[in-house]
Amino acid sequence: MEDATVRPIGPSTGRRLSALARHLGGDHPASPSSTSEAAPMASLNHAIAPSHTSAFHGGSVFGNVVQAPEDPILGVTVAYNKDPSPVKVNLGVGAYRTEEGKPLVLNVVRRAEQLLVNDLSRVKEYLPITGLAEFNKLSANPAIQENRVATVQCLSGTGSLRVGAEFLAKHYHERTIYIPLPTWGNHPKVFTLAGLSVKTYRYYDPTTRGLNFQGLLEDLNASPTGAIVLLHACAHNPTGVDPTVEQWEQIRQLMRSKELLPFFDSAYQGFASGNLDADAQSVRLFVADGGELLAAQSYAKNMGLYGERVGALSIVCRAADVAGRVESQLKLVIRPMYSNPPIHGASIVATILRDRELYNEWTVELKAMADRIISMRHLLYDALRSRGTPGDWSHIIKQIGMFTFTGLNTEQVAFMTREYHIYMTSDGRISMAGLSSRTVPHLADAIHAAVTRAV
Amino acid sequence: MASRTALRGLITGRGPARSAAAAFISGARSISSWWGAVEPAAKDPILGVTEAFLADPSPHKVNVGVGAYRDDNGKPVVLDCVREAERRIAGSQNMEYLPMGGSVKMIHETLKLAYGENSEFLKDKRIAAIQALSGTGACRVFADFQRRFLPDSQIYIPVPTWANHHNIWRDAHVPQRTFHYYHPESRGLDFAALMDDVKNAPNGSFFLLHACAHNPTGVDPTEEQWREISYQFKVKRHFAFFDMAYQGFASGDPERDAKAIRIFLEDGHLIGCAQSYAKNMGLYGQRVGCLSILCEDELQAVAVKSQLQQIARPMYSNPPVHGALIVSTILGDPELKNLWLKEVKGMADRIIGMRTALRENLEKLGSPLPWEHITNQIGMFCYSGLTPEQVDRLTNEYHIYMTRNGRISMAGVTTGNVGYLANAIHEITKSG
Repeated sequence: MEDATVRPIGPSTGRRLSALARHLGGDHPASPSSTSEAAPMASLNHAIAPSHTSAFHGGSVFGNVVQAPEDPILGVTVAYNKDPSPVKVNLGVGAYRTEEGKPLVLNVVRRAEQLLVNDLSRVKEYLPITGLAEFNKLSANPAIQENRVATVQCLSGTGSLRVGAEFLAKHYHERTIYIPLPTWGNHPKVFTLAGLSVKTYRYYDPTTRGLNFQGLLEDLNASPTGAIVLLHACAHNPTGVDPTVEQWEQIRQLMRSKELLPFFDSAYQGFASGNLDADAQSVRLFVADGGELLAAQSYAKNMGLYGERVGALSIVCRAADVAGRVESQLKLVIRPMYSNPPIHGASIVATILRDRELYNEWTVELKAMADRIISMRHLLYDALRSRGTPGDWSHIIKQIGMFTFTGLNTEQVAFMTREYHIYMTSDGRISMAGLSSRTVPHLADAIHAAVTRAV
Repeated sequence: MASRTALRGLITGRGPARSAAAAFISGARSISSWWGAVEPAAKDPILGVTEAFLADPSPHKVNVGVGAYRDDNGKPVVLDCVREAERRIAGSQNMEYLPMGGSVKMIHETLKLAYGENSEFLKDKRIAAIQALSGTGACRVFADFQRRFLPDSQIYIPVPTWANHHNIWRDAHVPQRTFHYYHPESRGLDFAALMDDVKNAPNGSFFLLHACAHNPTGVDPTEEQWREISYQFKVKRHFAFFDMAYQGFASGDPERDAKAIRIFLEDGHLIGCAQSYAKNMGLYGQRVGCLSILCEDELQAVAVKSQLQQIARPMYSNPPVHGALIVSTILGDPELKNLWLKEVKGMADRIIGMRTALRENLEKLGSPLPWEHITNQIGMFCYSGLTPEQVDRLTNEYHIYMTRNGRISMAGVTTGNVGYLANAIHEITKSG
């Protein structure tokens, strides 16, 4: 708590007070004489009545607030929406689109929704702070017999990361988190606002358009003991470059030997290979050795629940009693943030995960989405090859998940937006989910032009 | 119920192979956890009550703890207008991300409720607003925003208030002060002390005000008192932040319940406001609300909104769509909106009826203590005046659950349990 002395008023408020004082003809309004309780309200109101045309004394305390820049990722869609061109393509935000370019609600999700709506016994009460218990169990239950995980429902991946980071800032002895270079644009802000300081480790190799494994190992090895390390569980965003299973094992051994704390971001489980289990390999390696880790999970993409904001934060601990205490502290982070998480999306997930038939149907639909993306990769690769576009484009089919890190630079991206109405983030990342067999040729033309034009 | 196969953890799979060999090969530390020093956190004072209630096997138990509405059978209620809205929505909408600032349609309807159907501020686009995670989320984003742009400011919080208010501004790193509000002797408003605190606060201080149906006391200023408070705020150039979680619940009429806000707006204050649909639309678990800040002009509102979004993005990216759809479906359809207004009045009337019943029961029992405050207070809660020790006795001896500050959620009182409740309170208090 602050001490009892009054802090000085900020400069802009001070200016406004001066303006007010001048407006009132030099009579400082804080003087007691004008605020006698005995004075009739009407006359006092008249003395300080605001004019009809201006705001109250012209003095917003937030008058100094400048407009924030657009979010670099979400801003792409804003710009796309404004473009009237009939050939425009949105390859910005990582939201799945069908071959027809439409958003997709999975059949299994519609079925689950109907079950929920038709069940009149359902109510809309507050969930517990930790969320829907069944959802938590099904999302991340490690050894049921061991119970050494604390899982809390959070607002999709972002919310899970934020809650986990706030917990670490409060309770963990190391306040530095290492994030891969590059990473999802929102990661640094999430961790910084939670109170952690952010450093990077080498990850992407622009020359090979693959993993800079040597650099990764060196940087992790050089980090302080106990540092937190952010790992993309699969389908790295934005590069699509993932370590192999063997490389994951090496990473695990190095991290455990240096007591580095893994913090997994798992936003694409099922989207990388089409198989949920295969995509969870990296996390399961770290669970299997009995050690501790954090994992942020999102159902935005793999269940198409984007706007419902469904996710889970799991903290895998050494023992059950530790997990119990950790969970109690997670509640203290969540309560002053939003009290308890939204019920609808989590109910849909629980409905699907608990039912074998619905679960299987989900895996089929998920595989279909992943397969369509893989086929778009091949279509684009072939299209560039057939145009004789200079350069090695094999990374398009080697990279994994929703995104391709094309290797195009900001000028080339700007060119493509201007001339071909291709909307993508300026780091050269394209969302393959936004492509269709109809739009691949147009994109290939745009890339070809961008790469071959005389600058 | 749950299929065994499906119960394997999605991400962590089946149980880990915890053999010694595995540990040796993996090099995992076999000693202590990183979290060994983590203390068990204290239970939330409000939500912990329901947990205890659920665990109680007694057939007589009564839950007058958490502020969630119950019908006269003690059951949670989903409003008819909500059911109808859900029927219309289900199966027909996609689940795409909302913008960072949330549903524009829902925000517009929500601002009309607080600022007035024909508000000039809406027409002039002077209100910076985002969809928020119910009232909590609205307060938290405001607190973070206040911290970021006015780092020297503090917040004045009434005594008492909803406990989580303190947590919110603390976690936002905004220093807190308190101001007098509740007068225990009269179980009413300590208006003189409140006005003193308003006058003595440094000019330009930030105040948290409950727009109506104060939580936990149920004590609201009169219209005349609100005008005086507004006037003094003008003199002192204070910033008024209204937490309005019970619009419609206080009097049964949302327009009347917004009176305090309207007075401040008429007087020219540039207010901030947190709104929630948790109670008045029964959307508790959907987490639907709105944070708004009235600005000098449209340009400023655009700037402020963009900055509010910058706070939301690293917290949860964008708000949940389902509850917002329900709200905009209801408020955007005149017939559904009228149905909602009727249902809100119904809920408020039932609570007012229970206040009368509880007071009458206590007076009939010949209680020596005064109980007018039960019907003087307004909204979901009654600040009974019971001490923590008396509350403990009510729980231990009578299986009646309420928060230890003596707050009774009138929404949990029914014709079926009001007699039992009155009797228990009488037994506990008759000897003084």
